[in-house]
Amino acid sequence: MSNFITRALTTALWTTTLVGCGQGEVKHFSVDEYPQALSDWGIIELQGTQLKVHDSAVVYELNTALFSDYALKLRTVFVPVGESADYHPSDTFNMPVGSIISKTFFYAKDSQGRLITTSTWQGDPRDVSTSTHELVETRLLIKQVDGWDALPYVWDGDDAYLSITGKLKKYTLTNQKSLNYLVPSSNQCASCHATNHTNKDILPIGIKARHLNRTSSLYQANQLAHWQSKGMLQGVSEPAPSNALWADQAASLSHRARSYLDINCGHCHNAAGAADTSGLLLDYEDHPKSAMGYCKPPVAAGSGTGGRLYSIVPGHPELSILSFRLDTDSPAMMMPELGRSLIHKEGVELVSAWIAELEGECI
Amino acid sequence: MMNSNAIKLISTLALSAVISACSQAPEMSFQESFRQALETAKPGDVITVPQGTYSFERSLILNTDGVTIRGQGMEKSILSFKGQVAGAEGLSVSASDFTIEDLAIEDTVGDALKVNEGNNIVIRRVRTEWTNGPDVNNGAYGIYPVQTTNVLLEGNVAIAASDAGIYVGQSKQVIVRNNRAEFNVAGIEIENSIGADVYDNIANNNTGGILVFNMPNIAQRGYATRVYDNEVNSNNTANFAAPGTAVSGVPAGSGVMVNSNDQVEIFNNRIADNNTANIVISSYFSANYAGQQELAAEFDPYPEEILIYDNTFSGGGTNPGFDYLVQLRDAIYGVDGAFPDIIWDGIIDPNKADEKQVICVKNGNAQLLSVDAGNEFKGAGVDMQKHDCTVAKLAPIVFADA
Repeated sequence: MSNFITRALTTALWTTTLVGCGQGEVKHFSVDEYPQALSDWGIIELQGTQLKVHDSAVVYELNTALFSDYALKLRTVFVPVGESADYHPSDTFNMPVGSIISKTFFYAKDSQGRLITTSTWQGDPRDVSTSTHELVETRLLIKQVDGWDALPYVWDGDDAYLSITGKLKKYTLTNQKSLNYLVPSSNQCASCHATNHTNKDILPIGIKARHLNRTSSLYQANQLAHWQSKGMLQGVSEPAPSNALWADQAASLSHRARSYLDINCGHCHNAAGAADTSGLLLDYEDHPKSAMGYCKPPVAAGSGTGGRLYSIVPGHPELSILSFRLDTDSPAMMMPELGRSLIHKEGVELVSAWIAELEGECI
Repeated sequence: MMNSNAIKLISTLALSAVISACSQAPEMSFQESFRQALETAKPGDVITVPQGTYSFERSLILNTDGVTIRGQGMEKSILSFKGQVAGAEGLSVSASDFTIEDLAIEDTVGDALKVNEGNNIVIRRVRTEWTNGPDVNNGAYGIYPVQTTNVLLEGNVAIAASDAGIYVGQSKQVIVRNNRAEFNVAGIEIENSIGADVYDNIANNNTGGILVFNMPNIAQRGYATRVYDNEVNSNNTANFAAPGTAVSGVPAGSGVMVNSNDQVEIFNNRIADNNTANIVISSYFSANYAGQQELAAEFDPYPEEILIYDNTFSGGGTNPGFDYLVQLRDAIYGVDGAFPDIIWDGIIDPNKADEKQVICVKNGNAQLLSVDAGNEFKGAGVDMQKHDCTVAKLAPIVFADA
């Protein structure tokens, strides 16, 4: 049976379901049956021009989030009814089989279809419409008995379709610059989500207490408390850690910068991560200063040094490799290696301001 | 843990690609089917690269154990990354029991072939090259296994990497043989690795020919490397590494160079016309990289148990790659003179009185000059008596049966 027929049949089935009940069920597929169309999962789909999240999936936000070329992101988590995730103060929550996490990347667009990188969004999926927004991709993490699977779906018209090999999408921005947006392949998903590069298990990155511990802009309650009250999370122990919102001027510069490095770098730059080869550890743990980059020479950075001698020179972002690698869009030099093709100016400014504030001297 | 449904879908896609190949450029169908084969690979797969030059805009990635990638020859099956816009490598592999052979990877923006963590790695008759020649903007590494065990690199060709053509980092049980590395900053570099045999290679026309280094801030300290039966000639290419990198401190004209590493045996090589010196031995303090004061306490910066014997030397030492070395050469040997075959920074562990165990030389009339870098060169001179010693020879590397 061809994929086209499968899709047509599925659509027909869905139409029936939708007509009958108003909203279909969230479906779980075995590893042998992953559907081509995102809508088949029932988690997220277009109804007309409007993005619709299934009622049983919970929209959530992170404190400081990974920078992804200024894309806006809609995150949802679905936990099977009657099941719950286990709280952990520092690690990714253990989630029950059947859980589905989605992250949809999109941009506001102007009347000519050019992407706007400066727009904001208040976190309500009902405000996302294809008439005003460009949907790019939706990534799913599916919890199976053997662990998590990562599936990239690329939006095309009124649905998104499975693209195991990823895709390079080319857009024009409102400033006339072009954007080479990389939808990661399935293996590239693992490049970041296998946060332990030795056992190579794929794990969600954002589903940790310190990233989730914040007030939802959608429903104005603490997310951990909300998840627990819904029965989808158990064992929350106070006080739960909390990363900063990187732009929150009320938080200390150090907390904001460490939070930024944690989510943008820590998935590889941790003691068991793919970038442990560098000896540079940027996750939000207590590491020796040299491991955090203070006066630390690079190991295999190549041209990524930018001609600078140390990852961090206290007081001197202009001499620090960390600032350089964030402030370039050359694929050979930039960090993170994957997930962006633009420079996050505000992120560079934050990390540089933090380095400028550090005290010490590299001899 | 890619699923079989995706594989089925992809087989269908691949099949339709083949069926419709008549109406498409065949290169296009190969790029996509090759990427799909990597993404959906199962242990035991042999993924072939036919003859042809195939262009890629983004890096390729393999995460599945037990896969072989096989081309038709390093001059016939070419993966070209000229114009690459995404990804820090050409091919990035994170898997064990991996073999790649008989193809070329050209003009990647970053590293050409990186294998990060894995056991039983074979890289054979692969060419990595930046076709524009030496340039600071070339990618850093050609062939780059890191944190691997039982790794065999043989018959490869590595040209014009802005760091090392062949770079084995933080690995164990390493064999590097019959390779050719030319016009890189470092031809072949063994770094923070335990147990490496480097033999029958040609390392000519790099900035430094064959390097055995240890870097600080790395969990694994390296030792036990044998460098023998190699051709190491005319490594006089101006250093084009990015400032700040370890190899940016390598003076042009270095044949075989040991830095901060222990138990290194250098024997039966033919080493000629390297214009700083045919062999350079140095501590971390002479490596010209930063952070020395802070790091010395947690790191063994001294080369020790270096054994040099039965090499065939000729030429070299006539045009040292750093100004301070030129001045020293002028002072000791005159402007038309030459350094001897071996130079050493002369910096020893102050806690170890017996200097003899640092470098042992049994190499005919070859001389070793200590430049006494730790005392502003005041005691620079040759005293072969101090190097008339021996240390236990290392056993050959034999891979454990897998």
